[in-house]
Formats: sequence, structure tokens, C-alpha cells
Amino acid sequence: MNEVNVSMKINGKTVTGSVESRVLLAHFIREQGGLTGTHVGCDSSSCGVCTVLLDGYTPVKSCTMYAVMADGHEITTVESLAVGGKLHPMQQAFWDQHGLQCGYCTPGMMLSSIALLKQNPNPTEHEIREGLSGNLCRCTGYNNIVKAVQQAAQVMNQPELAAAADD
Amino acid sequence: MTDIAQGSPEIVTEQPAKFAMGKSMKRKEDPRFLQGKGNYIDDINLKGQLYMALVHSPYPHANIRGIDSSEAMKIPGAVAVVTSKELNAYNVGWLPTFHGLDKQMVLADGKVLYQYQEVAAVYAETREAAYDMIELVEVDYEPLEVVNNPFKAMKDDVLLRPDREAKTNHIYNWNVGDQGATDAALATSDHVVKQHVVFPRVHAAPLEPCGCIAEFDVMGRLQFYVTSQAPHVYRTALFLVLGIPEDKIRVISPDLGGGFGNKVPVYPGYVCAIAGALVLQRPVKWIETRTENLTSSFARDYHMDIEIGATKEGKLTALKVNTVADHGAFDAAADPSKYPAGMFGIVSGSYDFPVAYANLDAYFTNKQPGGVAYRCSFRVTEASYLIERAMDIVADELKMDPTELRRKNFIQKEQFPYKSPLNFTYDSGDYEHTMDVALEKIGYKQLLEEQAEKRARGELMGIGISTFTEVTGAGPSKHFDILGIKMFDGAEIRIHPSGSGIIRTGTKSQGQGHETTWAQIVAEELGLDPQNFLVEEGDTDTAPYGLGTYASRSTPVAGGALALAARKIREKARKIAAHVLEVSEHDLEWKDYAFHVMGAPGKTITMKEVAFAAYTNPGDNEPGLEATLYYDPPNMVFPHGTYVAVVDVDRDTGETKVRRFLAVDDAGTIINPMIVEGQIHGGLTEGFAIAFMQEIAYDEAGNNLATNFTDYLIPTSLESPHWETAATCTPSPHHPIGAKSVGESPNVGSPAAFVNAVIDALSPLGVRHIDMPLTREKVWAAIRTAENAVAAD
Ligand code: FES
Ligand code: FES
Repeated sequence: MNEVNVSMKINGKTVTGSVESRVLLAHFIREQGGLTGTHVGCDSSSCGVCTVLLDGYTPVKSCTMYAVMADGHEITTVESLAVGGKLHPMQQAFWDQHGLQCGYCTPGMMLSSIALLKQNPNPTEHEIREGLSGNLCRCTGYNNIVKAVQQAAQVMNQPELAAAADD
Repeated sequence: MTDIAQGSPEIVTEQPAKFAMGKSMKRKEDPRFLQGKGNYIDDINLKGQLYMALVHSPYPHANIRGIDSSEAMKIPGAVAVVTSKELNAYNVGWLPTFHGLDKQMVLADGKVLYQYQEVAAVYAETREAAYDMIELVEVDYEPLEVVNNPFKAMKDDVLLRPDREAKTNHIYNWNVGDQGATDAALATSDHVVKQHVVFPRVHAAPLEPCGCIAEFDVMGRLQFYVTSQAPHVYRTALFLVLGIPEDKIRVISPDLGGGFGNKVPVYPGYVCAIAGALVLQRPVKWIETRTENLTSSFARDYHMDIEIGATKEGKLTALKVNTVADHGAFDAAADPSKYPAGMFGIVSGSYDFPVAYANLDAYFTNKQPGGVAYRCSFRVTEASYLIERAMDIVADELKMDPTELRRKNFIQKEQFPYKSPLNFTYDSGDYEHTMDVALEKIGYKQLLEEQAEKRARGELMGIGISTFTEVTGAGPSKHFDILGIKMFDGAEIRIHPSGSGIIRTGTKSQGQGHETTWAQIVAEELGLDPQNFLVEEGDTDTAPYGLGTYASRSTPVAGGALALAARKIREKARKIAAHVLEVSEHDLEWKDYAFHVMGAPGKTITMKEVAFAAYTNPGDNEPGLEATLYYDPPNMVFPHGTYVAVVDVDRDTGETKVRRFLAVDDAGTIINPMIVEGQIHGGLTEGFAIAFMQEIAYDEAGNNLATNFTDYLIPTSLESPHWETAATCTPSPHHPIGAKSVGESPNVGSPAAFVNAVIDALSPLGVRHIDMPLTREKVWAAIRTAENAVAAD
């Protein structure tokens, strides 16, 4: 099989690798990037546990892209969210609201949620449910995920809230 | 206590506030999951590992005339192809099933018995090469006649398992109760209501598929990383299958991305990975595809006929159930050995039937093997669904309100311990109270009024009730074992000098939050901070033996072990406390989470101080502070609940909208309300999926029609209803902390509530029953059929 050189920025760091052209972005991130927070849960682009952000805030299912398609692009994964040991407001909200159980869907779910809030900083419950409908969760039944996104929206819209939470 | 969840759960418990128990403590395990640092099976990679992939049969029933792997071996990076021939040479061609009634092919041996059965294992340097190889393994199949349902199987025209001594497709008969008395009571009842009810074949489908990595280390010791809900049982099973002594096996079950029963069985892929690692002397990794996950096992598939007798006044007189069970190609049910039909005897439910009888016959078919759980304590879901569905049909025939029929027949709270006619001794319950709480909270009266108005306008609104009782926590050793191993659980607690500690159990969380709740149980018993306990599970080298996490057994069994182990520590601590305070240990009382010298106010010592003394000043006492305890529960526990669903059905499209859903659970003492509520939400969503969208269906030719998430549907955030919850509290009288279980209740209790609601909505049209899943198409067809029947009259 022919290998191609692929290079992309993952969480701001350049990752380069020589891979077969059919290697999925999800596997590139996990294996070349060594970042295993991006998961794989299906073979049919249905579950969204592989969700990452492309070039800013576009959520993509990394199982549905070849690594070569992301050549030269920027990828954001869950590992970039916490900075210096401080959780991102979305992570904090998922923790506070019990928005995760097994944690397998959580990275993709949070990245989709962050992308959603970027587009729509004040979503209604229905808009949250619609915005996350490409990300399956088998454990939580979504109620608490909705609450988490609502909490995160509130905090992200009022950065002073996040600062207060630090005290 | 710090770190109480901010979004306080809706669940309000009736139990008194305590120190660490009953608090919505945020989960200790979450930070690693939130940061993408969970350690799931596919995150583990061993140096020099090979990738394994499996060749699956496209035929549901066929002889294998030959397997040619020469082309596959030409793929660059190909290492080996293994078939049953090689496995048989090592005597590992077949593997015993968990409850011991059957054995299962690891790789197809001479023939295939279901579509997607594993036929060959390939090993390669890369994942891509392994998948290329499976395309090139040539298998010569000779198709055979397919038996795609148990009713065809019972004719024995086509014998599916000639390898077995008994030349029949019938696997076993199981029955319980008094047939003669039941028939007699039915014969003299004013009313006898009969209904055929199918619980379709479904699958637990956790988002993380199964997988493993096997390695024999330089000392010849097997290191087996695997997605297992029961690591110790795996270790013993591997000893039984492979003959490797248990000291030479280490099973490590890492973080699990959900399980729900799917990660209980030992799958053929695991055996192939170990065999490959042994022969090739390299680590072998195998991760299921979603299709492999959905086609290797299943849950339910019970075809049930129920008869209920009742007096004119609505007093139940007798219950009779006859079930035909479809077990697929192998009887791979993971039931305790004395219970081939699991806990199906709970089918008499929450009701005081004077007599009852249940009979079941299980058959082989050309379908995926199993009969494993899907968030269910061994067939409790089938049983609960059946009785709760049937109660509504009885109420309908007697023209009674379904809540009134239930109220009239509930086992009364003073009847506990209650011996059921199907041989369970229910521990405790207050069914009427829980139902009253639910009816009050949902506003049942107002809903009935609204429904009457809507019906007058021809609108289809339904209210569905389910007042289920479960039996969980297997179980007492005199009745329960798996592969001969009694179903106890072990707990080990070690307190460090600083008053923190480590907790180890033989259970294995898959998202249930044991790292938090186990710490809460121990902290409550010892008056220590739950934040300061590390909880470890899943490594058979370090954890005490336990039967694992499934069938809602963790809190009933391991939870009991933890509380009692902590009390053992307290007793030792008392001696050390006495030494430090220079009193007799009999002068000490444990009160308000510290030792107090009786009659000497202010003379106290906390457990934290005792812990330090245990290492610095133990006196004549044995130093250190730790305990290990194995808990053999004296009885099962019997959680119960009342669930109410309110639905609107669109008459034109058959679309059901679940407008409200309330779950009132009685799980006894609750450890962490936030986690309990989360479990209920998740279980209700799974119950919703089963009621409305999930089925592993097969066509006439034996093709499996649900092999990925585009055909086997998982509810998204958009379809999933908003869940309302509440709790009542009837502690278990025999459990050390009065706890029952809750993880499976919502999945056990909710399907009947959903279906009862839809049928209630359609009842003005004369619809009496529809089998799940209640898809739009099925409901639409039922409406049209009913309307046409009216038009034809
Ligand atoms: S792995 Fe399921 S959508 Fe990507
Ligand atoms: S938390 Fe388990 S799948 Fe979402």
C-alpha cells in the first residue's frame, strides 16, 4: 500500500506521519498524535464519539475523514480543553451536572457542545438537543448533558462567573 | 463535605441525612474522562503487538467444505490465519458457556450456525493489513436449510446441533410453581384473560465495543487486557478453557465505555487473541467493529403466553405463563447454573397471586447466540414487562382503572417477607405508597380528565402505568453460582496512617460511578472523608475475588461486603482507640462518627486519629488498619417502582410523542442521589429505545437485519424524552446498609409503561396489544386496521 506524508496541527502542535492514504483521521489522531481522547464507536458514522473540531469550530466525525483530507489543517481535540490543569467551562459543567457516566461519548459530546455554543451562545433546550443529535450517549439519557450545556453557556457568556467559581 | 453536585438532582429521598451516604457527591472518576484521559481498551498498546481481525460467515447455516488462506497470506504484513483446525489441535476449539448447559464454537467447526459467525482469525502487523486479509480468506460454504425461529426449530425437521448428544433443537425445559392448582384456579375463575406477548431480540450496544489485548510475558504469564464486567470470572474461565493455572493469568479490565451486560460473556475473539499470542509469541490486539459487537450476542427473544384469572371484583386468582425462548445457535446465556431461565420467576410481580405456574422451553435457531443481559438481572425484564402489560389488559377487560386493579392486588407491606408462588422470598416493599407518590406527582386525576376531553374530540392520548418489582443481587451461595463459583463478592479496605485509604472490590464499574459510591459507603461507616479514598477495580492481581458487575448485583453484594469490611476495621480501631485513650474498649461507644468514652464527655478520638495511632502507637494491638471480607448475601433484594408515561399518538401518522415520564423508584437506601438519578435517566432511555425503536430482526432467509447503528437505533438527544424522577425508601431488612439496587430498574420497569400508554391511547379504537418495538409504522398499521374493522361493521 502506498503511504503518503500527512502533516496537520493538532491542538496547536504539528503532527507529521507517513500513513496509508486510507488511514482514518481518528486513527491518525490516536496513533500518530498519541491522543486517545478521540474515540471510535461505530462503523457507520452514527455515534459521534470521534468528533473533533476542524479549523476552529467546525465539528467533524474523524472516523469519516481520511487523515490525508486533514493534511495542512488544524484539529482540536478534547486534550486541548483544560489549560494548565484548569477545566474548560464545558468540562466543569459536565462534571457539575453529572453529564457523563462511562465517559466514552464525553469528549465528542463536549466538542460538539462547544461548537454549538460558538454558533448559538444562548441555545434553547430544543436547540441544544438538536445540536447534539449527531452525538449518541448510551448512559446518561441526555437530560444532564442538556443541563451541562446550559450551565456552560451561562458561564461562557459571563466570564466573571467562571472567575468567581475559581475563588 | 465538599463537592456536592451543583445541579442538585430532582430525586428527593425519604431517607435521613447522613455523613457521606445519601449525598450527591460529584464523581471522583470524572476528571480523567473529562480530559480525554480515560484508559479504554483501544487506548492500550503493547510493544510489538499484532492486530487480529475475524472472518465472518455470510450464511446463517452452511457446511464448510474448505478454507483457503493462501491469498490472504500474500498480503504484506500478514502473519497467520487460524481456523478451528488449529484451535482443535490445541483443544480450544470450543468454549463452555457460562451457565454450563452448552458449549460454543470458538471458530466455526465444520459448519456455521448463524450469519456473522466467526470462521477464521487473521493476524497481521497492522490493522489495515488484517482487514485486507479477511477479504481474501476463501471459505467454501454449502448452504443448508435455515431455522429462523423457535417454532420452526421445535419441529426438529432440521437438526441444528448434531454435535450434541440429544438429537433435538430443544435445549431445556424449566418450570416453577404449581401447575395443577393453577389450572384448577383458572378453570373456576370468573374471568380468564389470555395474551401472547413477544419480547423481541435486542442488544445492549454500549458505545465502546468489546476488545482485548493478550500477551504472554517473558515468564510465560498471560496478561489479558479485556473489556470485562467480571474479570475474576474470566480468569477462572480461562483456566477452565485453556488449562493455564490462575497464578499465570492476570486479567485487567480497564475503563469500560459502557457494558449493560454486553461485556459479561467470554467471546470467541478473546480466545483467538490468546491463542494467537501464545503461538505467535507476540501481543495480539483485537477490537470489535460495531457490526461484530451487534452480531455476537443478544438479549431477550422470549415468546410468552400469559393467562390470568380474576374474580368479577378484580381479585387475581391465578397466573400461568408459557414461554418459548429463542437462544440462537448456542445456549450462551450467562445465567446462574441453577437458573437456566434466570429470574423469570419474578413474573408474578408486585401482586399477591394465590397460585402461579411458569413453564419455559428453550430452542436453538440459526441466530446469534446469547441470552445475555441488557441492563437486566437475568430475565427480570421479560418477566416484568409481561406481567405489567398483562395487568393492563386484565384491567381493560374488567373495565377497571389499571391503578385500581393494581391497588386491589398489591402484596401488602405487612406481608413481607413475602413468599411468592414462584419461589422467591421478597424482602420488603411498600407498593401502594410508591404508586400513590407517583400518581400524586404526575397529577393522575387531572390527566384522566384531560384524556376524557381529548377522547371526546377523537384525539389519542394515553397514560401508561407500570408498578414493577425486580429481583436483583445474585446471590446467596446456596442457590447461585456461575461455573460452580458461588456468587459472593469480596472487598478489601486499607486505611493509611493519614486517614486516607484504598478500596478494592471484585466488581467492575462501566460508568456506574463505583469510584465515588464505594468511597461513600466506607466513609460513612468510618467517619472519614470519601474524597480521600482511592477505589480500584478490574485487576485480578490486586482485587479480591468477586463475581463482577451485572444483574444489579454490585451494591447488593459488593456494597454489603464494603460496609461489613469497614465495620471490621471499626472493631479493630476500637481496640486501638481504647489503648490511646487508656480505657477499656467496652467503655467506648461509636457515635457521631467518632469513639467516645461513655460517661466522660469530651473524651473522644476520631477515626483519623486512630488511623495514625494504628501505625504509630498501636500498643499491644496488631499494627495497621485494614480488612478483607467476602459477603455472601442471605437473600436477594427486591427493588420496586411506579412509572407513569403520558403519550400523544398522532392518528394520521402513528407517531408517538412521550409527553411526560415519571419514575418513582424504591431502591432502599440510596448512596448518591445524583448518581442514582443518572442511572435512572440512562435506563429509561434504554427502555424507551426498546419500546419504540430497537430490534435485532431476522428475515426468512436468516439474514440479520440489524448489524449497525443505522439499522439498530440508539435514541439521540432529540427523541429522548425529558425524564422526571422521585424516590421512596423501603430499606432492605437484610442488607448491611439497607440498599437494594437501581441501575436496571428503569430498563426493567419502563417498557411496560411506554407500551401501556400507547395501547391506552389506542384503546378507544379497540386495539388491545402491539408487540414492541412500537414503531410509527406498526402503530399506524394498528390504527388503520382498527378503523377499517369499525368501518366494515
Ligand atoms: S466512530 Fe461513530 S461516528 Fe465516528
Ligand atoms: S457517558 Fe457513556 S456513552 Fe455517554
